[in-house]
Amino acid sequence: MTATARGDRRPWVLLTPALTAVTLLLVIPACFIVVYSFWLRTGTGAEQAGFYLDNWREVLTDPFYRDILGQTLRIAGISTLVCALLGYMPAYFIAYTRFRHRAYLLLLLMLPFWISYIIRTMSWISILGVSGAVNALLQWLGIIDEPLQMLYNEPSVILGLVHFLLPFMILNIYVSLDGIDRSLTDAAKSLGCTGWQAFREVTLPLSLPGLAAGCLLCFVLGAGTYITPMILGGPTDAMFANLVYEAIITQLNWPLGSALSLVLLALLGGLVAIYTRYLGIDQIAKSFR
Amino acid sequence: MADNGNAVELRGVVKRFDDFVALRRADLDVPEGSFVTFLGPSGCGKTTTLRMIAGLLDPSEGDILVKGRRINDVPIHRRNLGLVFQNYALFPHKSIFDNVAFGLKYRRVSRSEVTRRVREALALVRLPDVEERLPIQLSGGQQQRIALARAIVFEPDVLLLDEPLSALDANLREEMRIELKRIQRELGIATIFVTHDQSEALAMSDKVVVMNHGVIEQEGTPEAVYNEPATAFVADFLGHSNILPARVRGREGDYYRVALEDTGMEILTAAGNAGPLETGAPVRLVLRAERLRLGDGHEHRDGDTLLNARVDTVDYQGQLARYFLSVAGMQLQAINAIDRRPFAEGATVQVRVRGDDCVILHGHGD
Repeated sequence: MTATARGDRRPWVLLTPALTAVTLLLVIPACFIVVYSFWLRTGTGAEQAGFYLDNWREVLTDPFYRDILGQTLRIAGISTLVCALLGYMPAYFIAYTRFRHRAYLLLLLMLPFWISYIIRTMSWISILGVSGAVNALLQWLGIIDEPLQMLYNEPSVILGLVHFLLPFMILNIYVSLDGIDRSLTDAAKSLGCTGWQAFREVTLPLSLPGLAAGCLLCFVLGAGTYITPMILGGPTDAMFANLVYEAIITQLNWPLGSALSLVLLALLGGLVAIYTRYLGIDQIAKSFR
Repeated sequence: MADNGNAVELRGVVKRFDDFVALRRADLDVPEGSFVTFLGPSGCGKTTTLRMIAGLLDPSEGDILVKGRRINDVPIHRRNLGLVFQNYALFPHKSIFDNVAFGLKYRRVSRSEVTRRVREALALVRLPDVEERLPIQLSGGQQQRIALARAIVFEPDVLLLDEPLSALDANLREEMRIELKRIQRELGIATIFVTHDQSEALAMSDKVVVMNHGVIEQEGTPEAVYNEPATAFVADFLGHSNILPARVRGREGDYYRVALEDTGMEILTAAGNAGPLETGAPVRLVLRAERLRLGDGHEHRDGDTLLNARVDTVDYQGQLARYFLSVAGMQLQAINAIDRRPFAEGATVQVRVRGDDCVILHGHGD
């Protein structure tokens, strides 16, 4: 055996534990899901093994699922857009501040992750709920007589999602802004740009890969969530993952739930594939020498 | 203000960062069309000074004038100065053409004029066929040429170069040095060049400004700062010098006779620019290492001092050798061209110190 051949094998040795874990905990269960989706739940509630296309036919043809899917993509899309608009400025501030303890600002960004996502989401009830802080304040000030119904609609779901996703967006934009050579903006200014023009010519285009990565992450996380619509949404604000939850946990219809979850997986996986194809690692590497 | 032929003037410029003084009251002229180098070790204030002229930093005190006009309050994008950075700072997402055209885009130049001038600038830096490429597709030396083309294409009043050669490897650096000088001469543009490399400074400049700890130690032609250092720092920073504390014994015609403090040895040294010195005055004697002539036996000439020395160590460098000598317990270094083979370690040699090569500095220093 040559030294080169031994050298080639070493990465695989190092990757073995991780690959084993991924295979056991992710690939094999995913295969089970694929198999399940072709099974059938009979009228008695028992599952019948075999190769039936009934679940897939239902999932792919029933307009109910299509509408919920559309609603899911819309909510995730709007949340992502709001995150991008709200996230850019804080990311820019953290990247460019002369504040000595910049690391603490980043830590502050991580702080929400120390609290359970469910608790963070539920906290909106005590802020915006009928007997929440905002209603109490407005009533005390005499601005309103009856409490406002601010929760359990689509905007409150988007609010919850933005609250959850914003740190991911800020971090992604921050990383790409931080990687931009500062002398590039100096160069642009020395060539005749005002600060704003230099931002538009240099900083913004060079931070787009980070913005795109942030958008992808937010969209995928947003489209796959079921807790936020469950806690902050009304009866009509279900998202696609809620259907999966419903099918598997409530109706105990694993074959249908499997088919539904594979539809979402295929859709979001396709999105990631498109991103990688057009804005992927190559593009990012190219932008930053 | 009247045009006095200076492209850039500094008048009492001071720069403080909190309680650190980066530049102490600098006064300086950069004549029109000249090549001026700020030379000094890192932290000497040379880059700070350049950045203040460029408009990237504000001076704490004093005035900066470009073409006789005070520009302290002119924002950087209206200063019309060409700036070249150490790391090139080309826009990675723009083609070479767009990089070079960038300055023209903000100067209301017609499209055909932009194309013509970009082509002209690329021809000047001898890279005519790279318009469509991205910066990453060029080598470091080529990127530096593009950075230069980008800085000169809009005919700036002054060209500011911040250590533009230090990221290049040695061969390329020498080639670019010659290119840069050629381009500067061709354009006749006043240029300020910042470097810590003395050979770059001496080779390229009309005027060298030697800086240390935020102070301009000396300014003058390369020959002047090299041959007549005004301070011990300049003598030490440019080339290798022996700086020896001594006392004046008396004047002999065009020479002073000084006695070295360590050994009492007497050396004749040219009065030169030293000015009047009283007997007994403390001075420092600067002996350049390459001006000490080693030999087996020199004949005595007027104004010379001959010293007997022992070779302690030889640092062999091919065509040159650097010798560490002891002369009556005192350490000296000498750099001589090698005639076939260097003097051996332990050999006894005679050192000729020519009075005209010596420089006297006042006082014993700090």
